[in-house]
Amino acid sequence: MTRSLVVRRVGGQCLVEDLGRRGMSDIGVGRSGAADRGALRLANRLLANPDHAAAVEVGIGGLEVEVAGGAVTFCVTGAPAPVLVDGQAVGSHALVVAGAGSRIEVGMPASGLRSYLAVRGGVHVAPVLGSRSRDVLAELGPAPLAEGDVLPVGERPTEQPSVDQVAPPSFEAPATLRLVRGPRDAWVRDVELLVRGSWTASAKTNRVGMRLEGPALAHAEPGRQLPSEGAWRGAVQVPPDGDPVLFLADHPVTGGYPVVAVVVDADVDRAAQVRPGEPVRFVWARG
Amino acid sequence: MSGLDVSGRSGSDDLPPTGSPGRPTVLPYGDRALLVELGDVTEVVRWVDAVRSADLDAVGDVVSAARTVLVSARDGASVATLRAQLGEVDPQGARTAYENGPGLLADSGGEVVEIPVRYDGPDLADVARLTGLSEREVVEAHTGRPWRVAFGGFAPGFGYLVGGDPRLEVPRRGESRTSVPAGSVALADTFSGVYPRSSPGGWQLIGTTDAVMWDLDRDPPALLAPGATVRFVEVRS
Repeated sequence: MTRSLVVRRVGGQCLVEDLGRRGMSDIGVGRSGAADRGALRLANRLLANPDHAAAVEVGIGGLEVEVAGGAVTFCVTGAPAPVLVDGQAVGSHALVVAGAGSRIEVGMPASGLRSYLAVRGGVHVAPVLGSRSRDVLAELGPAPLAEGDVLPVGERPTEQPSVDQVAPPSFEAPATLRLVRGPRDAWVRDVELLVRGSWTASAKTNRVGMRLEGPALAHAEPGRQLPSEGAWRGAVQVPPDGDPVLFLADHPVTGGYPVVAVVVDADVDRAAQVRPGEPVRFVWARG
Repeated sequence: MSGLDVSGRSGSDDLPPTGSPGRPTVLPYGDRALLVELGDVTEVVRWVDAVRSADLDAVGDVVSAARTVLVSARDGASVATLRAQLGEVDPQGARTAYENGPGLLADSGGEVVEIPVRYDGPDLADVARLTGLSEREVVEAHTGRPWRVAFGGFAPGFGYLVGGDPRLEVPRRGESRTSVPAGSVALADTFSGVYPRSSPGGWQLIGTTDAVMWDLDRDPPALLAPGATVRFVEVRS
């Protein structure tokens, strides 16, 4: 019998994600994938899975699954959430074996926004365009998890895990994100406001992007139109209302507003762990 | 400087001069990508063809747009290496591919996709008024010349078509529609396009097609791949 995880309770948005789709921008399909790529990579490394194995990205509100068809080895990374097996606390960032019939519960993290429930063998739902990632903007890939869904677990890889736990991260606010200026910094009156101002992640924050509230970045020439340009994860785009939007995993492939700065790639994962309402700080990256 | 390439300011934000085929301007775009500015969509198509035929190992994703191309560095390649490799691309290198045929961009030498259209769009009369043509002449202009897919990006399966009859240049609608039906055939600026699925949109709708622009059970899922040649064919409803 194929092993699987049966979804018993979904508290927040829970999505299957891997490292996403590559090279399809020209047909309008972006990369998508785990919002915190480092957390997914860590989970797969702990489990000795291949890097591209899929896991469940668990949003605030948590998730409960039941193990079926045989025991699984799993771990939870990313936002450090309480993890329970049949009501017993086992902790995050550690390899745990859960037998058939047992229930795995991922709770409310102490900090951060997204935890990853990964299983040895990977979540083996059918891939779409070469990836098991849900892209919420393009509406591609496996649908958001709902009660009753059955997530097949893939075959165990031959490689054996060599480490069974690591220290969990802490996502204390404010997040400090390094920025590279440009390409369209001159389209706003004062791009330095990004590093001088205090910013708060707005409630309008999702996998597409994080909207930031703070001192509005006025356009230098209001009404001037920029032809659409390619967009990338980490781009800080400024719409006419002046509230910047930091593009995350499911950003549009092109955008019509000026990108005035881009968060360095290594810091975009941290941005994906910022909760709505939390403060955010920007600094210029040094070469 | 190695590692993070975060050098300097982006320089001018001025739109590049159109039609001057000089060296493209390369702007910083974080530490994993570069934004390459070209004069116009013709140069974009030409430059991207040159990049693709050069098969550079530092090139990851290539995102074409009306005047720019965003190029990401492949995993393991630095953006400095990417910049150096793109600097070797001859922007005129792929020019010969377009020297034949009726339109500069129309003859890609590749496959031709025929799209049957009922010219029954709600903006057909407006387009006629804006262009000074009769509705019949709009239809004839739209079907009379082949188009080429310059780039995608708005939605999966949407292709920006260029190289059509220049008399069809029209502005976007003053107000966007909150829902444009799938299969709507539309015009905006010098582009034509077909909405692959129902979505908000501000283009002028001139017709409708039953062609399936995007189908995940098809390989490739997009009917219009960049570079393809497209012919609209009128069908009477």
